[in-house]
Amino acid sequence: MTTPTPTPAADGHAPAIELRGLRKSFGTNEVLRGIDLAVEARQVVCVIGASGSGKSTLLRCVNRLEEPTGGSVLIGGIDITHPDCDLDLVRRNIGMVFQQFNLFPHLKAIDNVTLAQRQVLGRSASEARQVGLAVLERVGLTEKADAYPAQLSGGQQQRVAIARALAMNPDMMLFDEATSALDPELVGDVLEVMRQLAGEGMTMLVVTHEMGFARRVADHVVFMDEGVICEQGPPEQVLEHPATPRLQQFLEQVLEH
Amino acid sequence: MSDLTTDQLGPGKTPVPELYRSGRAKRARSRAYRLAAYAIGLTLLVAFGLTADWATIGEKYFDLERAKELFPEIVTVAAKNTLIYTVLAFVLGVVLGLSAALLRLSSIRPYRWAAAIYIEIFRGLPALLTIVFVGFITPIALGIRFPEVLGVSSAGIVALGLVAGAYLAETIRAGIEAVPPGQVEAARSLGMTHGQTLRKVVVPQAFRIVVPPLTNELVLLLKDTALLAVLGVTIDQKELTKFGRDAGAQGFNGTPLVVAGLLYLAITIPLTRLVSVLEKRNRVSR
Repeated sequence: MTTPTPTPAADGHAPAIELRGLRKSFGTNEVLRGIDLAVEARQVVCVIGASGSGKSTLLRCVNRLEEPTGGSVLIGGIDITHPDCDLDLVRRNIGMVFQQFNLFPHLKAIDNVTLAQRQVLGRSASEARQVGLAVLERVGLTEKADAYPAQLSGGQQQRVAIARALAMNPDMMLFDEATSALDPELVGDVLEVMRQLAGEGMTMLVVTHEMGFARRVADHVVFMDEGVICEQGPPEQVLEHPATPRLQQFLEQVLEH
Repeated sequence: MSDLTTDQLGPGKTPVPELYRSGRAKRARSRAYRLAAYAIGLTLLVAFGLTADWATIGEKYFDLERAKELFPEIVTVAAKNTLIYTVLAFVLGVVLGLSAALLRLSSIRPYRWAAAIYIEIFRGLPALLTIVFVGFITPIALGIRFPEVLGVSSAGIVALGLVAGAYLAETIRAGIEAVPPGQVEAARSLGMTHGQTLRKVVVPQAFRIVVPPLTNELVLLLKDTALLAVLGVTIDQKELTKFGRDAGAQGFNGTPLVVAGLLYLAITIPLTRLVSVLEKRNRVSR
């Protein structure tokens, strides 16, 4: 599969996330065609691009929800595409937020945020509840602790989903088009929570269509096109002075709305 | 039905153009069909009422004196045993069904095969044959005697549980497959293991989805306990059908079976009502 590269995580020099020549095919359809990318600790990297450009697949390869077909993924210097790597241990440190929220519908908000704490981290019921209420407060939903997901608006559900990931005290967070399924008036609350997280120094890899968020919050913007990184750099450079025609065209289309 | 024409709507309504007047003929036709259906139904009922030998039926099947003699044993022994058979076989069936469903969805091929073979055999065999095989052949083959459980024959429970498990496996599998893949992804992304994800996220949701069909299977199972009448059982182990048949054997009287039938209905009708209530509730919350 891949060559083992057991760089110790503790050396402090390894990026939080590093992709080396990452490839992914679905059958004969090659969605990722050799991606090299590094996300440093406390950095916010936004990935933009048209639908079908492979940006969600890239994100899903970072915690191996999608199995890469080539290249490697290093988390804190550890090659998680190595066959011996225990994915469950890696994933507990990588929070993920999905486009469709994917809250557990049979559990109340508070139980959504305590389930994995208890199952994975072995926290006691009272400790998990304490942490759970604290993270719900961070997303502004303490009073919804006893509500079921179906009783919450889309924006509230997504904030609970963020809280669920935060409850694990992750080293980094992945956002997969976290606001794309929301009604326009609910997008702001979720972006605000994400902005707040970024301000607190959370390492974030964000796939998004929100150019305003990318411009204001990102340290680094990556434009993907047809499975490769087409252009990347600081937001001012990438978003204000696109170098390639593809990116110019994409930005024109997005900003028209 | 809004085939209303101007005539019915009364004065003040805009007249319907000639082209759309065919609505009246359609209404007349559907009325004629309905009346014809009522006439056929009524005729059949009257014909049955006139030709049936009510005196004999009353004597052979609705003999109140004989009916009274059945109580309280038909409830305290027979109906109770029917319920015990049903509940225990259902519990066994759910355990077997859930296991088979999970094996069927396993990524390991021999597991899938084993589950498929079990499901196909016990869904394909008539339940009556399964009962005979389990009740009469396994004791000989394995040299064991089925013990009594809660006062009933465990052979019956095992046989019905095996049959129910095969049906329930497919129902539960459908429920598991109906849980969106995003649920598994969310759980795994939090670091939960495959097993934790199944236990805490997938199976609880799958069971919510399959409660209506599961209740349906319970009703079918309850009726299938009647097949246990083929097993030789002690007096205290008789379920409703066996009890009814044996009680009617002297003098060839069907009254005990009629009473048994009424007792079945007293259990199954509330259950089927429950199923439709659950189905309605499921539809609303989706």
